[in-house]
Amino acid sequence: MAMTFHCDIVSAEEELFSGVVRLLVATGTEGDLGVTYGHAPLLTALDPGPVRLVKDNGEEEIFYLSGGHLEVQPHVVTVLADTALRAGDMDEAAALEAKKAAEHALHNQTGEFDYSRAAAQLAEAAAQLRTLQAIRRKTRK
Amino acid sequence: MASGKEIRTKIGSIKSTQKITSAMEMVAASKMRKAQERMARGKPYATRIRAVVGHIAHASSEYQHTYLMEREKVSRVGYIIVSTDRGLCGGLNINVFKRVVQDMRSWHKQGVESDLCVIGNKGVSFFQNYGGRIVAAMRDVGDEPRAADLIGSVKVMLDAFSEGRVDKVYLVSNDFVNTMTQVPEIRQLLPLLPVEDENLHHTWDYIYEPDDAGELLEGLLTRYIESQVYQGVVENKACEQAARMLAMKNATDNAGELIDELQLAYNKARQASITQELSEIVGGAAAIS
Repeated sequence: MAMTFHCDIVSAEEELFSGVVRLLVATGTEGDLGVTYGHAPLLTALDPGPVRLVKDNGEEEIFYLSGGHLEVQPHVVTVLADTALRAGDMDEAAALEAKKAAEHALHNQTGEFDYSRAAAQLAEAAAQLRTLQAIRRKTRK
Repeated sequence: MASGKEIRTKIGSIKSTQKITSAMEMVAASKMRKAQERMARGKPYATRIRAVVGHIAHASSEYQHTYLMEREKVSRVGYIIVSTDRGLCGGLNINVFKRVVQDMRSWHKQGVESDLCVIGNKGVSFFQNYGGRIVAAMRDVGDEPRAADLIGSVKVMLDAFSEGRVDKVYLVSNDFVNTMTQVPEIRQLLPLLPVEDENLHHTWDYIYEPDDAGELLEGLLTRYIESQVYQGVVENKACEQAARMLAMKNATDNAGELIDELQLAYNKARQASITQELSEIVGGAAAIS
């Protein structure tokens, strides 16, 4: 029996690969690494780059990942792929954006709730106007 | 009784409303199917990363990450609230907001205040009126939310947790039970609750690469939280479409009933006017002869 193991490659949005493989070569942050059957438990971060698989039938398959993590367990190897390029300052920028959106929402009150409030005020004003007109008409008679 | 013409215009306007609601129902039905597929596609990642994080919690690592440590005193809590972008989906959003407000009140009684991170337009406008402290917001999530779009708002909460500004973080979103039922749920994100796995009771540890386990775990745990939030958002999307479908179906049915009633009233009014005309003619003829 060939020395094979189960491998899953998943990203947050979909499953990229799930099946039995003989060899997996990935781009770790410390350099390329190959995983075969019986590898010790390992946890590593992956750099953007290809992940090469040799499947049970000898076929090769290559996935390009924008980084992620690789976990090796005795019975299964899991590649958690990122859906986007990740860098500290880019994450920071995204966080700032979210904060800004919150401030914008608080200071710049143009949400739909204010439309409804404006509509209510308009209706109120219209009702007042109508009563005033009615009173005026009565007093004129 | 209203005249025939008035009723006819009313029927016309209700019919066009009915057309709109039935179209929206069909659109929601097809979007729901897509949203459910997206939900299913994201499941493998969520379960895998959950397993990995479970392994980490069991590994006898010397390193203990802040995300895994329960804090003794809670002085502030954070909520990540998932809502929809648009309305017309029944009580879906309101149910979520009610749950949050209730939870916030019970914390408030213990002297604990809350920070909010709101995803979706409806939540943003609700909480800016309600008066919560919104620290991060995300508007216009769209029909196909990307995991990458959520990084920013999640990071705000994670940073707040690591810096000790909040001591607990919850995720609030709707659970998709089936097309008819969606249940608002509050889940604790941080500190991470331990994942049970019976297979891993012996002592072992990973080879960490790079050697600094802290940084590695940080990245992994961040992704874990992000994936949970992403799953929440995608599931909420499916809930939104299901709820809208149901709401629009009810609206279409109600419009149909209203049209039937009005049609009856219209027929009666017409019949009455014909009868009246006839009796006038007959009466006139009798007077002449």
